[in-house]
Amino acid sequence: MKGLIGRKLGMTQIFNEKGVMIPVTVLEVGPCFVTQIKTPVNEGYAAIQLGFETVRERRLTRGERGHLDKTHTSPLRILREFRIDEAEVSDYRPGQKLLADLFSEGDLVDVVGISKGKGFQGGVKRHGFNRQPKTHGASDRTRAPGSAGAGSTPGRVYKGKRGPGHMGHERVTVQNLRVALVDPTRNLLAVRGAVPGPKNGLITVAAARKKAR
Amino acid sequence: MSYLLQSLADQQLKANLPTLHVGDIVKVHNRIVEGASERVQMFQGTIIALKEAGPATSITVRKTGAHGVGVERVFRVHSPRVETVEVLRHSKVRRAKLYFLRNRVGKKARLKQVRR
Repeated sequence: MKGLIGRKLGMTQIFNEKGVMIPVTVLEVGPCFVTQIKTPVNEGYAAIQLGFETVRERRLTRGERGHLDKTHTSPLRILREFRIDEAEVSDYRPGQKLLADLFSEGDLVDVVGISKGKGFQGGVKRHGFNRQPKTHGASDRTRAPGSAGAGSTPGRVYKGKRGPGHMGHERVTVQNLRVALVDPTRNLLAVRGAVPGPKNGLITVAAARKKAR
Repeated sequence: MSYLLQSLADQQLKANLPTLHVGDIVKVHNRIVEGASERVQMFQGTIIALKEAGPATSITVRKTGAHGVGVERVFRVHSPRVETVEVLRHSKVRRAKLYFLRNRVGKKARLKQVRR
């Protein structure tokens, strides 16, 4: 499973080959460097570790520097791992540079990001609870969560009962987004549709795990 | 907007498009795909609305068709389906949207022409 690390730049619209305007999210992906290749022999599974965004050397701990020195890559801020097939291990070599042209137009990808934080939200916004009546004698109950369960039996609120709480700022995967545009010179990728997270939010793009019909 | 995003949006724009104004009488060369064949259809009328939205910039063109029936079409001017937009004449206008033309027929629906 090939993948890249990048940042979300924002959304715009482009014309596709049929002349139809489609909404796209533009992602700046890579350059990513292969910082480690995990093999079934050494680690028990096959994966590649990619690094993204060069930083000044003193921003890294000695442990991080030592790890990157093994592949002779420049200091990198972000490291992420992508599982690959055992047969694909030979496709990668340490220190290899991966760019946006890893993907081509029409590919299906899964994009992972950290969704925008919404703070502490009530049940209506967070879980889609129904509102209660605004009229007919109801007061101050419009967006209240209602009952949390039965009375003496069971005499407690069930675990996992949905309620108000912190919303957003969690890892979200969007599957099967179609790559609408690849710009290898500037390392830009445009995928059709929305991608979780704020502008400049860190995202990972990987080949789709489940192929859409 | 980040400059990279802006430049990608700008790539979608047509470079040879004339500057369009509300009130302009224009001839839109619209490419029509019918199955395998392709032909160019003209639509001539007055621009009654101009929506500036980067690559999604659109114009609403109004003409009076057969039997005095008003016909309006919206074109995304940067779309590859729109071949060119020809500006024939300019009109003197005092507002951004000429929706009042919809309620006018005949001689009252005319706009004063200006040279520019």
